[in-house]
Amino acid sequence: MVGGYGRGPDILQGVTIEVDRGEIAVIVGPNGAGKSTAMKAVFGMLNVHSGSVMFDGEDIRTLTPQARVAKGMGFVPQTHNIFTSMSVEENLEMGAFLRKDDFADTMEQVYDLFPILKEKRNQHAGELSGGQRQQVAVGRALMTQPKLLMLDEPTAGVSPIVMDELFDRIIEVARTGISILMVEQNARQALEIADKGYVLVQGANAHTGTGKELLADPQVRKSFLGG
Amino acid sequence: MELLNTLVLLANFVFVPAIAYGSQLALGALGVTLIYGILRFSNFAHGDTMAFGTMVTVLVTWLLQSLGVSLGPLPTALLALPFGIAVTAALVLWTDRVVYKFYRKQKAKPVILVIVSMGVMFVMNGLVRFIIGPDDQRFADGERFIIGARDFKKMTGLDEGLAIKTSQGLTVVTAVLVVAALFWFLNHTRTGKSMRAYSDNEDLALLSGINPERVVAVTWILVAALATVAGVLYGLDKSFKPFTYFQLLLPIFASAIVGGLGSPLGAIAGGFVIAFSEVTITYAWKKAAGYILPESLAPDGLLQLLAVDYKFAVSFVILVVVLLFKPTGLFKGKSV
Repeated sequence: MVGGYGRGPDILQGVTIEVDRGEIAVIVGPNGAGKSTAMKAVFGMLNVHSGSVMFDGEDIRTLTPQARVAKGMGFVPQTHNIFTSMSVEENLEMGAFLRKDDFADTMEQVYDLFPILKEKRNQHAGELSGGQRQQVAVGRALMTQPKLLMLDEPTAGVSPIVMDELFDRIIEVARTGISILMVEQNARQALEIADKGYVLVQGANAHTGTGKELLADPQVRKSFLGG
Repeated sequence: MELLNTLVLLANFVFVPAIAYGSQLALGALGVTLIYGILRFSNFAHGDTMAFGTMVTVLVTWLLQSLGVSLGPLPTALLALPFGIAVTAALVLWTDRVVYKFYRKQKAKPVILVIVSMGVMFVMNGLVRFIIGPDDQRFADGERFIIGARDFKKMTGLDEGLAIKTSQGLTVVTAVLVVAALFWFLNHTRTGKSMRAYSDNEDLALLSGINPERVVAVTWILVAALATVAGVLYGLDKSFKPFTYFQLLLPIFASAIVGGLGSPLGAIAGGFVIAFSEVTITYAWKKAAGYILPESLAPDGLLQLLAVDYKFAVSFVILVVVLLFKPTGLFKGKSV
C-alpha cells in the first residue's frame, strides 16, 4: 500500500500487512512510523494511491469505512471509541446498528467475554475506568460479528495489570476465529502474543516475522525493544 | 387568611403564568438544543420556525372555524396543529436540503452555520409576514377559563381570586405529554438511540453504520413539531404576532444555554428558570407585601424590580452570568 491523507504527501511508502483467519498480527515501530496510518489505510480512512486492500478474496479498496464494516471489519479507534453519554448496553446496541437480525446472542457472548460489562450494563460508559472503557469499545466492535477486528493501541493509557488482562481477552477473541490486527506501543508484550509482527519505519516495512522471531531478532531488539 | 390570600395572589399572578410560560420556553428550547446536539449549531431561525408553524395552524384553524368545526370547550387550533406540524416539517426539510446540506458537505464551521441560519431566519421572517401580515392575530376559541377569578372567590370565600386560563392548562398538559413522548423516543427507540449516539460521537456513529442524513432528517421533523407546538401554545395563551416570536428567540436561547446546550433535560429546567425569573422580577410585589407585612411597614412603591417592558433584560443578564461562571449550564451540556 502507498497512500496518505487527502491530497497530502504519501505517508505510507509501501507497506504490506497480512492477517489470516484467527491470527493476531501486530504492527509496531517508532513514533511517526505510520503504524496507525497503515491500519487506517486497511480500513479505508485514507487514500491508498497504489497497491490493493484485499478482504476475503475481494478487492475492497474503493469501499467506504462504513461499507467495510458491513463486509465484516470491526475497528476500535484509539480515542473517542465509546459513546460516553450512553449506557454500556446501549453502546453494544449501537455497535449492532447495522444488523437487522436478533443480536441478543452476540451480546451474551460479549458479556461472557467481559463479565464486568454485564455488571455495569446500565451505567454510563463515560463513568467507567480506562480499562473498562476499552472493553466497551472492543465489545461494541464485536457486535457486528466481524471477521477482522482492528485495534488501534488498545492499551494506551491503562495500567500494566489491566494491559495484561486486555491482552488475555484479545487472545480469547482470536480463539473464536476472529482475525486481529493491532497497533501497539507496548511492543514487547504485543509481540509475545502475536502470530505475525510487522515493524514499520518511516512508512515502510522494516522487519517482518512471527512475534517470536522478531523478539529474537537482535536488530529489532536493539532498535525497538531496548536491547 | 392573610397567608392564604397571599398564596392565591402569587399563584394567580406568578406561579400559573410562569409555569405556562416556562412550558412554552421549554418546548422552544428543546428544539434549539436538539439542533445544537445533532447538527452542531445554534439555530437562529428557530423563533421564525415557530412563527411559521403557528401561522399555518392559524390559517387551518380559520378554515375549520369557517366550516363550523369545533372542539367544544377546547380550542379548534388543536385540530389544526397536525397540519401545522406537517407543513413546517416539510419546510424545514426542504430548507435543510437546499441550504444546510451544502454547508454540511463542506464541513462548515458552526459559526458559519449560525450565520446561515440567520439568513434562513430572515427568509422565514419575510415569508410569514408576506402570507399573514405583521399584525396581531387571535385564533383562540372555546372556553376561556378552566376556573375564573369570580368563581374561585365564591367557592373559597377568599378576597383574592385565582384564574386559570384554558390555554394555560392546555399548555402544561401538552408540554408534559410532548416531553414524555420525546424522552421515550430518545431513550427507547432504535432511531432515538442512534440520534443520541450521533450527538455523542459523530465519528463512532458513522463507524457503527448510523446514517447521518437520516438522523438529521428525523431531527428536523422533531424540531418542526416542537417549534409548532410551542408556537401554537404561546399564541393561544397570548396572541400570534410574528415579531413577538422573533423576540422569543432570546429567552429560548437563554433557557437552552442555562440548562446546558445539547441536554434535553437542561432545556426544560432552563425554560422554567428563565420564566420564573422573568415573571418574579417584573411582578409588582406591593399587594403581596401588604398582606404579610404589618400595616406600618406597608410599602409606598410598587415593589417592582423591573418594568415589564424590560423583561428581556432578565434573560440577557442570566445568559451573561451563566456564560461567565458556568458555560456548560446546569446539566453539563456542551460549552458554547
